[in-house]
Amino acid sequence: MSDNVLQVSDDNFEAEILSSESPALVDFWASWCGPCRAIAPVVEELAEKYAGKLKVAKLNVDESPKTPGQYGIRAIPTLILFKDGKVADQITGAVSKSHLEAAIDKQLG
Amino acid sequence: MPTHDLVIVGGGPAGLTAGLYAARARMDVVLLERLSPGGQVLTTDMVENWPGDVEGVSGFDLADRMRDHALKFGLEIKSAEINKLSADGDVKVLTTPDGDIRTKAVVLAVGAQPRKLGVPGEDLLIGKGVSYCGTCDGPFYREQTVVCFGGGDTAAEECVFLTRFAKKVYLVHRRDELRAAGILAERVMNNPKIEVLWSQVPLEIKGENKVEAVRLKKLKDGEEYDLPCDGAFVFVGTSPNTDFLQGVVDMDRQGFIICDRDQHTSMNGVFAAGDCCSKLLRQIVVAAGEGAVATYAAQRYLEEVHE
Repeated sequence: MSDNVLQVSDDNFEAEILSSESPALVDFWASWCGPCRAIAPVVEELAEKYAGKLKVAKLNVDESPKTPGQYGIRAIPTLILFKDGKVADQITGAVSKSHLEAAIDKQLG
Repeated sequence: MPTHDLVIVGGGPAGLTAGLYAARARMDVVLLERLSPGGQVLTTDMVENWPGDVEGVSGFDLADRMRDHALKFGLEIKSAEINKLSADGDVKVLTTPDGDIRTKAVVLAVGAQPRKLGVPGEDLLIGKGVSYCGTCDGPFYREQTVVCFGGGDTAAEECVFLTRFAKKVYLVHRRDELRAAGILAERVMNNPKIEVLWSQVPLEIKGENKVEAVRLKKLKDGEEYDLPCDGAFVFVGTSPNTDFLQGVVDMDRQGFIICDRDQHTSMNGVFAAGDCCSKLLRQIVVAAGEGAVATYAAQRYLEEVHE
């Protein structure tokens, strides 16, 4: 697991993500989910590429069910881009790296 | 820039088997995968028809084993996304965001992904009740009601899987019998939580911020009605990941690649294998077989054309 990817939970979601000064990308995942596993290396590559500009985090929906519930997540992997504590973009499914880069670049401006 | 003997595009069962055979043949080969290896096997709970695995094997385990098997014989697997395939004389050029990759032969094992229903509401509610993967999203529907669409093997397997969580599973099918393999159809018919709605088609998926109902039409008398539900799972076949090959190799009307019995496509030196090919049956065992044939045919092609 890359050091660039932060593990977050229901307990520290507000502090780490909603109060984050930089935009944050959160990968909502679970161990049973194949596409989550498929996209994991892409999330790590993004964390490395955008280090310092974007906080990249993973949240396990089994261990932390409250947060995905709040955001109405009913399919995984779902990746949410947060900016100033608000949802700026939301992507569901194992999409390609270039698709995610385009979404991130749009928010980073 | 070096020119490889063979580049395999895609790391599902077809690509990994092609890679295994190429590595054992001591070819100069690299496999390119945009996500992590495994392909659609990763969305399969249990694989019960992989010969030799009498007790079945989980999709995760089978994907890992196929990857490890190819790596053991020295296959190089790289992360890359291909945007374009073109020819430069006898050399094939694969374009990625990070530059071109040159090779004498190609095996396209790019796979397929679940096809959409194509009804209003579907796109808007993806991730909010619309799903294409029961094994991924089933646990979000504990004690709830879900509606599934389809009638093939995947639809039957996933409906049964969903009964582990949902209190009620409706299966909406346009015909009056399932196309799924006999043993899978039996499990659907014998499961008390599953109710099949025969000869009906979806018109719309309804809901504001989450799925609330699906609008269905009975084909026999044309009656339309809303069926309330918490989730809509779509298993109506697959769509190939071949957009970037449009106009490059011959395809059928749905975009599946047309190959001959040696997996050769319409482009010289370009072979295809697995679920991206136009054919009758899309199964792991078929994909693996085609991967082996494609690599062997590519080897023969290299001997004839490039030596």
